[in-house]
Amino acid sequence: MSTAIPTRPAGAAKPQAVVKDGSMLKQKEMISGNYARLESAVTDGRKVVSTFVPGNLNELIMCFDVLNNLPEINAIQNGMRKKSGGYIMEAEKRGHSEDVCTYVKADLGMIEKGNLGPDGQKLPDPNLLLLSYTGCFTFMKWFELLRDRYNCETAMLHVPYQGDGQITQSMISYVVKQLREEVIPKMERVSGVKFDIDRLRENLARSARAEEDFVWVLNSAKSKPSPIDAYFGGVYYIGPIFTAFRGTEDAVEYYQLLRAEIAERLANGQGPVTPNGDMGPERYRLVVEGPPNWTSFRDFWKMLYDDGAVVVASTYTKVGGIYDQGFRHDPAKPLESLAEYCLGCYTNRNMPSRIDLIERYMNEFEADGFLINSIKSCNSFSAGQLLMLREIERRTGKPAAFIESDLVDPRYFSPANIKNRLESYFQMIEQRRAGHVPARAA
Amino acid sequence: MSHVAAIVARCQALFEDLNFTAAREWKEAAPGRIVVGFMPFYVPRELIHAAGGLALGVLGGGDQLEVIQGDAYYQSYICRIPRSTIELGVTSRLDFVDAMLFPSICDVIRNLSGMWKIMFPKVKSRYVDVPQNFSDAVGGSFYVSELGELRDILARLAGREITDDALRNSIAVYNENRALVREVYAFRARFPWKAPSAEVYLLMRAGMVLPVEEHSAMLRDYLDATAREERPRRDNSRVVVTGAFCEQPPLSLIKSIELAGCYIVDDDFMLVNRWEKSDVAADGDPLAALSHAYLHDSLETAAKYQPDQSKKGQWLIEAVQRSGAEGVIFASASFCDPALLERPMLQRALAARGIPYIAFKFAENSGQMQPIREQAGTFADSIKLWSAA
Repeated sequence: MSTAIPTRPAGAAKPQAVVKDGSMLKQKEMISGNYARLESAVTDGRKVVSTFVPGNLNELIMCFDVLNNLPEINAIQNGMRKKSGGYIMEAEKRGHSEDVCTYVKADLGMIEKGNLGPDGQKLPDPNLLLLSYTGCFTFMKWFELLRDRYNCETAMLHVPYQGDGQITQSMISYVVKQLREEVIPKMERVSGVKFDIDRLRENLARSARAEEDFVWVLNSAKSKPSPIDAYFGGVYYIGPIFTAFRGTEDAVEYYQLLRAEIAERLANGQGPVTPNGDMGPERYRLVVEGPPNWTSFRDFWKMLYDDGAVVVASTYTKVGGIYDQGFRHDPAKPLESLAEYCLGCYTNRNMPSRIDLIERYMNEFEADGFLINSIKSCNSFSAGQLLMLREIERRTGKPAAFIESDLVDPRYFSPANIKNRLESYFQMIEQRRAGHVPARAA
Repeated sequence: MSHVAAIVARCQALFEDLNFTAAREWKEAAPGRIVVGFMPFYVPRELIHAAGGLALGVLGGGDQLEVIQGDAYYQSYICRIPRSTIELGVTSRLDFVDAMLFPSICDVIRNLSGMWKIMFPKVKSRYVDVPQNFSDAVGGSFYVSELGELRDILARLAGREITDDALRNSIAVYNENRALVREVYAFRARFPWKAPSAEVYLLMRAGMVLPVEEHSAMLRDYLDATAREERPRRDNSRVVVTGAFCEQPPLSLIKSIELAGCYIVDDDFMLVNRWEKSDVAADGDPLAALSHAYLHDSLETAAKYQPDQSKKGQWLIEAVQRSGAEGVIFASASFCDPALLERPMLQRALAARGIPYIAFKFAENSGQMQPIREQAGTFADSIKLWSAA
């Protein structure tokens, strides 16, 4: 099912119509519904927990009937709505360094400016800060800063890093103990709801069903042409499963719908949907590392699809959980399964494991090249990416390119530079195909 | 040359030697010795010592190292210490190091642990995770397990068992060293004109490359000698310097702060040398003792979670009070996430107590000290004016 929605006013040049698929409408309804629930939480007497995307414990949170507010998602939404720049400057005016994460500053600036959510309504103060410290050091400081602001209860879940590229039993035990002795008791206290492990099992079972369909969608990009863009389109596909909906019936339905739509595109030999409608012929298949820039998201995407470049696999779509390597939430071992999920998120893996994963994507998705969008704000992703680039070129013989931008700070998106770099890169791929030059970073 | 000057000259030579000759010579002096490099802010050095090894602090390349290849691995918006550390590695200055430990301090150093595995596959590279949960049964249990894994790794590397007795002995040796470090810090806080911070800094840096026993002897020697030496006392303001717990400021920056009219009476330059605030238990289960000390008796820094909001920044206020400081200088490395994210919270805690502060950033190779001197000088003057009022 799909609905055509015009995107430009009458009389504008090159009027386009974007086909909104049923899954898109479903997700939009889910997100706006969650914001509506958050905005009426105080009047409805609902408790609110703020937490992060990587290592989020949505299935557990749902067991306590509390609402899930994700500061990263607020920052992204504000970035896409061109509000983040002002918020960042507000935070810097209040003493936050220009050097640090712009998600943090966009969030703090938004709070200082009245804490209005992306739709202009006031977001509630959290009753609990659930700090899942997974794969990003900044999270810890971010929550300490929020605690300083809200003066509310904070639960810390320390997720050990996979320094040697593996999850040990000691790590799992540590996370499970924290869930039992730190997180669950605090959630019970804040919510007034007693923990029911059977309810958690039901939520996890729904997660696993959604994950199955999600992985099918990601793997559809192995086809030629790929029916999806696994980065720019992928950030929409990860929406429900990475945020406040994993474990819900809504998420199960969303991924069923999405899978059916992608299956249809696959059967019809269609490429991905872009903001300007169906993409033209697929010319370059890329694997992309790093988060997107959100303030110029569509401009950035256009630079690729205009040249026929499609992203067939991306690491950003693994930041809130890696499912395409076999992991599923498992109702048979609920807390252990949550621990394994947290431990397995992409940026919680060491650099050799990350490079191995990318190499696998390059081969399995038959990519022509590897593109890194290096984000100034995000050392968790960015530190080491230049070694990553060399390694992938060395292992695969495919050319790689490196561009720089930021998450939600519009000051760090330079369209002309990025476009020039991409155009040179595509030429390099062409030359490489013709066997003229060895692989070398653009 | 006075005895103090001779000690400081030896420390200066060790500090400037980016080939780590002293550590190389130590390793070559007897068969079976291992050298284990570590980065800030903390590793359990007792385990290395008990393996018959030398714990070598790798604190970047400072302002003497020209970073050429290291820059090719990092974007412009990442701090300097990882690039100069890679430079040390790729220029074979660390080719005698058997293992490198990367503590849990930030995402950059964390990722460097994996880069090291790829770039130097013959060197054992280990990420040292520390608990952010401070319950013995939860975080403690995890940390004992981590310590056990590290003990096994070091034992394999050294080709010898690390017994509990050996570990207890190493704990006692480090207890003595930490006590002496605390003594030097206390002495400087009382008589800052007799223990200038540039000297104390070099003295502490020597502890990063020397065997701990030799360093302890050096500290004793310095304390004895400097107490007997008369030096002019200046009308300086007394400050705590904080935020430089990983990438180190150039020595000229420390000197500039003092020349500008500030006595540094506490700092966080090398936390590893006094991380445990009092003696670690040298009897019983040594791993449990190290874990207990980490959880319940260690310093605070930005890399460590503070579960109790009411205690946030309290350590800095206590440092000010303990050292009799009149203000705080936030000196953070550019692009240092932990220090720069922490800074607003600490500043708020200081402001609530009416403690003045200033802030600036540096890089380990910063060369232009005039702005620092002007800022620190203005700060020192303003402290004097306020206290006069």
